[in-house]
Amino acid sequence: MNRVSAAERWSGHVLLAAGAIVVLVPLLSVVLASVQPAGTPVVGPAWPERWSWDNYRQAWSVAGFATLVRNSLVVALGVVPATLALSAAAGYALGAMRLPGGGAVAGFFVAGLTIPVELVVVPLHHDLRGLGLTNSYPALILAEIALFLPFGVFWMRAHFRATPPSLVEAARMDGASSGTILLRVLLPLAGPPLVTLGLLVFLWSWNQFLLVLVLIQDTARHTAPAGLGFFVGQNSTDVPTLAAGTVIVMLPLLVLFAVFQRGFVTGLLRGATRD
Amino acid sequence: MRRTRGSRSAARRWRGHLYVLPALAVYLAFAVLPALRTAYLSLFDWDGVTLGRWVGLANYREVVVDPVLRRAVLNSLALVGFFSVLPVVLGLVATGLLAGHRRRGMAGYRFVLLLPQVVPLVAVGVTWRWLYGEDGLVNQALRAVGLAGVGRAWLGDFDAALVAVGLVGAWVSSGLCLMLLLSGVGRIDPSLYEAARLDGAGPVREFVSVTLPQLRGELAVALTVTTVAALAGFDLVYVTTNGGPGEQTTVPGLLIYRLAFSEGRVGLASALGVVLGCLVLALVAAVNRLSGAGR
Repeated sequence: MNRVSAAERWSGHVLLAAGAIVVLVPLLSVVLASVQPAGTPVVGPAWPERWSWDNYRQAWSVAGFATLVRNSLVVALGVVPATLALSAAAGYALGAMRLPGGGAVAGFFVAGLTIPVELVVVPLHHDLRGLGLTNSYPALILAEIALFLPFGVFWMRAHFRATPPSLVEAARMDGASSGTILLRVLLPLAGPPLVTLGLLVFLWSWNQFLLVLVLIQDTARHTAPAGLGFFVGQNSTDVPTLAAGTVIVMLPLLVLFAVFQRGFVTGLLRGATRD
Repeated sequence: MRRTRGSRSAARRWRGHLYVLPALAVYLAFAVLPALRTAYLSLFDWDGVTLGRWVGLANYREVVVDPVLRRAVLNSLALVGFFSVLPVVLGLVATGLLAGHRRRGMAGYRFVLLLPQVVPLVAVGVTWRWLYGEDGLVNQALRAVGLAGVGRAWLGDFDAALVAVGLVGAWVSSGLCLMLLLSGVGRIDPSLYEAARLDGAGPVREFVSVTLPQLRGELAVALTVTTVAALAGFDLVYVTTNGGPGEQTTVPGLLIYRLAFSEGRVGLASALGVVLGCLVLALVAAVNRLSGAGR
């Protein structure tokens, strides 16, 4: 570590800064486009003559992004807590207990890490339509939970496997039931992995696109990315409003990322076994 | 006495499965069964409404023979090159140049370089669609450096569209790959480098014989994640080109969506879904076999 010369250090900074610029320029040019006065024919990135927030008002109320964001939150609110609860319970049993056949069950969950959404959408659509469940959030929420559970179980199992068995032993000696051990002993210690998992699941749920298109036909019930995708098809020329809509769809995640950087980075780098 | 206690604890151990049951039920009902149903539907000619007709493997034959379907599969493999191979190579080069030295401001770089992983791909697609426009940022930049002749409406160009979409994928995953590799370099035992230096290894030898082998795990993860993302690259293609111009940028996800939900060819769409699933499985297995030998 100490043999890094000044030249080496600076070349590293130049490299990283160049990468950062390549990432930031597209994102910033959308933000700039979104504050251009409405009706300006925005072709490339340009500093706005005056900053106008009208496009946000336009996108939020007229183009319906308020509804879209609300829908996304409703779906995420259904997906995140349930995924956390199911993953924690299953991860606990598969990680901290010696279950007969536990290894096989864990393997069965891990196999699901490679299931692409494309492999399940066709029957999901037709079978749920048969049950009258398309265009409803419960079906979408359950399908998302099922897609995220392989990672959730894998993640929580890894955590519970790493907790010292003596902790569980001691609690059992005191006569604690397995449920008490989970709720009173293990979960209070599982804060960080649960937060990380919650952030990832929120991210995946918010960004889910194909599943929403297939299961929700009523565009008023679409989630934010699905609504954005639809909006592009309709008015691709109204750049300022489109840009404002794009920023609205990205903003919740950017804020979460900024606030919970550590949790996200851990999840993206350590947990990077699923898109 | 001993036996009853033994069987009671065995029963208790089985009872642990009750904790797995809810997760297992949802996973089975909404992921595993639909996947199996897709495989079953792929053997039928079915429009999604009337009675289906058993056709055996005919749908799979069509996936191989039909030029559009074959094109979609080949395109998605090309996208793996852009989403996965290119970012990993870039990441490796950068890792070599950065040589794992800790720098001030690393957290800031990490935040920025991971941003594309956090924003929805749909938003990324909308953004780039605009940047790639006739007078968009890409062409403006080319004009600024005197390459106006190269400029074109990238996403509408027959030859350039797939590359243009692929480069967006590289934009999305390069930061993740670099950060994965850098976090791996940080875990390498420094004594390995000292040993290499005592053997008189230069920076290149050091990289090839110490860094690269030690990063096998991170390389596998980076390749796996980005490959899965590339093969399931529906979102990006849907908003940028919708498969066009012609079928130049079609991917399986797009065709599955079209065939199953607007053209009433549910069986064929299912067959394509199964082929895609197998492709993901095969590539992930190949990556893990290549990297797993020494782990």
